[in-house]
Amino acid sequence: MNYNDLINRTAHAIPPSGIRRFFDIAAEMEEVISLSVGEPDFLTPWHVRDVAIDSLQKGRTGYSPNRGFTALCREICHYYKRKFDLDYDFSTDVIVTVGGSEAIDLAVRALINPGDEVLVPQPSFVCYDPIARLAGAKAVPIVTHREDEFRLTAEALRECITERTKLLILPFPNNPTGAVMRREHLEKIADVLRETNILVLADEIYSELTYNGQPHVSIASIAGMKERTIVVNGFSKSYAMTGWRLGYALGPKEIISIMTKIHQYAIMCAPTTSQHAAIEALRNGDEDIAKMREEYDLRRKLVVRGFRELGLDCFEPEGAFYVFPSISSTGMTSEEFCEKLLKEKHVAVVPGNAFGECGEGYIRVSYAYSTAHINEALRRIGQFLKEENNSQQLV
Amino acid sequence: MDNFLKILSDNPRLSNAQIAAMTGLSEDEVGERIASLEREGVICGYKTVINWEKLEQTDKVTAIIELKVTPRKDTGFEAIAEEIMSFDEVESVSLMSGGYDFSVCVTGRTFQEIALFVAKRLAPIDSVTSTTTTFILKKYKEDGMILSAQSDERGADVL
Repeated sequence: MNYNDLINRTAHAIPPSGIRRFFDIAAEMEEVISLSVGEPDFLTPWHVRDVAIDSLQKGRTGYSPNRGFTALCREICHYYKRKFDLDYDFSTDVIVTVGGSEAIDLAVRALINPGDEVLVPQPSFVCYDPIARLAGAKAVPIVTHREDEFRLTAEALRECITERTKLLILPFPNNPTGAVMRREHLEKIADVLRETNILVLADEIYSELTYNGQPHVSIASIAGMKERTIVVNGFSKSYAMTGWRLGYALGPKEIISIMTKIHQYAIMCAPTTSQHAAIEALRNGDEDIAKMREEYDLRRKLVVRGFRELGLDCFEPEGAFYVFPSISSTGMTSEEFCEKLLKEKHVAVVPGNAFGECGEGYIRVSYAYSTAHINEALRRIGQFLKEENNSQQLV
Repeated sequence: MDNFLKILSDNPRLSNAQIAAMTGLSEDEVGERIASLEREGVICGYKTVINWEKLEQTDKVTAIIELKVTPRKDTGFEAIAEEIMSFDEVESVSLMSGGYDFSVCVTGRTFQEIALFVAKRLAPIDSVTSTTTTFILKKYKEDGMILSAQSDERGADVL
């Protein structure tokens, strides 16, 4: 059979992840030291795992309501009140999803008509463009710049808005740059959006991981923005619960109800064991978060210093657990750099262009690793840069 | 200060410059602080945790010896502890609550060597009333470190 003719054309046209090939090389190698993974190196706090085990022992193995257990919806709303001073109605404004990813997919599918445009600030996580395209939208990248500390600016936003713009993705704290949007930056974005009918999808999955004593600010808390914002968050990064696949969305009930309808037919409900665990995480997990954040912060400072000492320009990230140093001074492209570094020094980092074309010239380095591991990787990268430098001088 | 010590204890191989970056202190301040902690005896030393079983020819045996003693009239347990810890074979000495008084960790090249050490050095000490020797067969975790090689099972292809 000629499957190419049978497969959905949009799905077919989406290019496979550019870094697949790269990971395949790494998988074949021995003694690879990786700084490439986008998930915490901590384990889910024991008390959270314990509640999940208990729920299984008690035989709570059935479905939950489509939109999630009421107790969990309540805790999510308490949490957003407590952390970001936002009021959501637990009975209408929240849906529990399979990871933050499903919430993003649901929001896009609930809003997009064919031909709509979705604005995607880049560099950013890889899922927005394919999800928008699968829903029939055109994804429009907005380039963020090192000079603006990789923040979305009102000017850049305004330039990309057309009559067809439906949705702005707001992925901050940002993977891969570590950029954050403070209140004053969000105010300026809000000023632009209030004049329009554009909705915002705020991907706040890294909201607990901000540094320099500056807590995350949700754009929904800016005047006039709650009614046009869908907030997406989840448990993966803040509570080290990636494998539990649990996230949620908060927003206007008119949109959440449509998202719930899609979710009801496509997914039924998020995993119930995970939901029991998540209730415990929200009720008693603040200390766990604080501990992990403190540890990430130490490593963050170590890594930034490390790259600067090696002579690479490295923006100081204020959120998430990545640094995004520039490698343009080496004269190599991101992919050349990463492939050569992997082959010669067995160190795996991710080429910046995996997060949008404008990520070219950068690499993403995760510091969700022990300091000993980070130190060894930095040592090898240092050796690599020295050897590259020497060989260039010979030429 | 507690945080500073935690960083040192968790990351013994970092340079002062790296610790300075992590703590916001200057490199000199880090050096001075470490020196003063060493002087005060807060930092007692630095060691490398080695999994000796990894080496093919292991000639290292460890035993835990439970000692019951009669405390001495004037010096109580202190003088006895000092006497025990003066031997090079002794890795650690702790005063215990419960069924016995001292827990003494002893290393030697063979089981026999340790047995002889107990018989000839520990048992004869004045005030020691009994000894129970228990040999360690395999170590799984030491000083908070898991000794078997651990692999990172995180999905390398997930961004």
